[in-house]
Amino acid sequence: MLSDPLDFDGALVAFAADLRAEGVTVGTSELLDAFSALELVSWGSVTEFRETLAATIAKSPDDRRLFALVFDRFFFREAELQAVRLEVSEPQVRVGDGGELDLDDLRRQIARALEKGSDSDLRDLARLAIAAFGKGQGSGVLGVDVQRIRRALGLRTEPQPELAPDDPRHDGIPRDQLRRFEQALRRELERAQIERNQALPPKRALSDLDRALPGGPVQDLAAVHRVVAQLRRRLATQGHELRGHTRHAHVDVRATMRASLGTGGVPVELRYRPRRPRRPELFVLCDVSTSVTSASAFFLSILHALHDVFRKQRSFVFIERISEVTDVFRRERDFRAAAAAVSRDAGVADVSGYTDYGRVWSEFLDEIEDELHPRATVIVLGDARTNGRPPREDLFAAITQRAGRTFWLNPEPKLYWNYGDSVIAAYAQHCEAFECWRTDQLEDFVRALTRPRVT
Amino acid sequence: MVGNPTSVADVAAGLRSVGYLPGESTALVSFLAAKLGKPVLVEGPAGVGKTELAKALAKYLGRELVRLQCYEGLDEAKALYEWNYRKQLLRIQAESGEAGWDAVQDDIFGEQFLLARPLLTAISSQAPVVLLIDEIDKTDQEFEAMLLELLSDFQITIPELGRIEARTHPVVLLTSNNSRELTEALKRRCLYLWLDYPDLEHELEIVRMHSPDLPETVARKLVEVVSLVRELDLKKPPSIAESIDWARALLLLGAGSIDQAVFRQTMSVIVKHRTDMDTVAERVGVRLEPARAA
Repeated sequence: MLSDPLDFDGALVAFAADLRAEGVTVGTSELLDAFSALELVSWGSVTEFRETLAATIAKSPDDRRLFALVFDRFFFREAELQAVRLEVSEPQVRVGDGGELDLDDLRRQIARALEKGSDSDLRDLARLAIAAFGKGQGSGVLGVDVQRIRRALGLRTEPQPELAPDDPRHDGIPRDQLRRFEQALRRELERAQIERNQALPPKRALSDLDRALPGGPVQDLAAVHRVVAQLRRRLATQGHELRGHTRHAHVDVRATMRASLGTGGVPVELRYRPRRPRRPELFVLCDVSTSVTSASAFFLSILHALHDVFRKQRSFVFIERISEVTDVFRRERDFRAAAAAVSRDAGVADVSGYTDYGRVWSEFLDEIEDELHPRATVIVLGDARTNGRPPREDLFAAITQRAGRTFWLNPEPKLYWNYGDSVIAAYAQHCEAFECWRTDQLEDFVRALTRPRVT
Repeated sequence: MVGNPTSVADVAAGLRSVGYLPGESTALVSFLAAKLGKPVLVEGPAGVGKTELAKALAKYLGRELVRLQCYEGLDEAKALYEWNYRKQLLRIQAESGEAGWDAVQDDIFGEQFLLARPLLTAISSQAPVVLLIDEIDKTDQEFEAMLLELLSDFQITIPELGRIEARTHPVVLLTSNNSRELTEALKRRCLYLWLDYPDLEHELEIVRMHSPDLPETVARKLVEVVSLVRELDLKKPPSIAESIDWARALLLLGAGSIDQAVFRQTMSVIVKHRTDMDTVAERVGVRLEPARAA
């Protein structure tokens, strides 16, 4: 909180701290940029102010989204705090004092304003609506009140054919407009609450619901993503150790000539082209069946991170059969979108929903047998539960023989390995198997993956 | 006002005057870039006018555009500078025997033996330039690291010559199609601009600007169809440039409206993949009015 009411610099630093708490990395240099940028723009317009801050602080689409949420929350609270301190209050809207407010008319007005109203129109209407429908019976829980008022206004996404055709509600109201109005309502209710109590409610961290893209899966991926981001950084630097031991180097003619200047143009010393770090070719197979549902988000995000670092990677998901998803990951930068695309149209042949490892191996061999070579690395993400079907470890052995290295990541604790229908032991003799359901275990795997190969 | 904008509105009007319709944040970030002298990282899907923005900025600011197209395997010798060893050899042979070693050594590492590549050109230019580093995400991370010195201090270190500092401050734009996450270090040095497909009204304005003869109703229909097509899950969604091309094609054909027949004939202007074409014909084509009997 602010110590000095007029200390804007402090407010901006506090805002940055807020952002950091939500997982946006804000460097000091970026904050300094923000200060110098703000000196150049007028503060009269909210959008200009916000965009300036965003351009200097939030540097990816994901960060942008978080930034918008935190910006709204932070400056709303700051403004309210100042209002409480200076004892400013909004003029009360009274309904029923001078002339009865036509409730039906209000409903229509709000529905129209949603279509093309400005933010301040929405705010005024939200205040009216609260005065009309939310009087005296606040439940104390904002979300409940918001929904109650919305219902009382008859705002729904479904078409309401009984209304007049020129009423926007006739065809149903688009979801994003409704969301906007709900936000305005929530904000006004919050404001009223603060005015009543003369104090700010405790700060609420952004929920995963807020963070998620509209329509995206609601799941806590933030923790996984943090580790995966680290993994990505690590792979990017450690990848250098993966360079092969090339005996055959290319002579760099230009550099050699340059070096020869010292000896009067006689190339005494040969210069070679620098060895580019060679990243291995990866083949990743990922189980997405129901038995690993809880781990599949984790798996898919690993897959996603690997795609960032390894250009030569082919990815497959499998249940009963395999299906290649390389293109999906190459095309989709956003993890959530990629995950959605995989579940939607990866064409996973899901007849029974039970994994059939034997079949997966044979199809995998059929498809890329020719492309497997000693420099290739195969990674399998799965629980090795065959549902009683033949494990066909002979086929798996054939794969591991052709490929340079094979890793298996099993999302089950070691305690459960080889119990029930788990046949991990049959596979583990052909590859390096890792227990991997915590993020620190993932680190072990990364260490193994980036370890220089002993040949 | 050319060359020295004093407000965001100035930049917006200036870009407009050279045929680029900027969104609100585009004008703002361009203004900040010119004023603060910080590089701008422009990200967004392909074909939203990232490269165009650099060209328009150069035109508006009255500066030369220096462009570095990135690709996998781009290295210092092609991006920064290289010694012109042929000329150096000639120099040595021309002087052989007569001049002392020190004289020759000082001589052959002079600026006249330096081949300037785009980055050095931008730094050492007498007049300020706009430097466009296109598709930075295509390069290796090693190259990105090499850029850091240039982007934060506008200087290049050449071992034989020492530091070359920028004589003038270039406006630097880096574009990325987001095909790989860029390093934090690079991002930290840049302002960030996310360009997305424009909304309906904005795109309509752009199309109208580039083909003013197209009837308003057709243009509106066109941007509506394009935004429908973009919503589909395509290999390559149509870019703004393709909307403009399509508008020109329709103008040439003298189409009075976009019906099914016209759409089928001209669809290939905006959709460039065999499988995409089937999807689009199936999902968008049928929604249009059937062709009128001519």
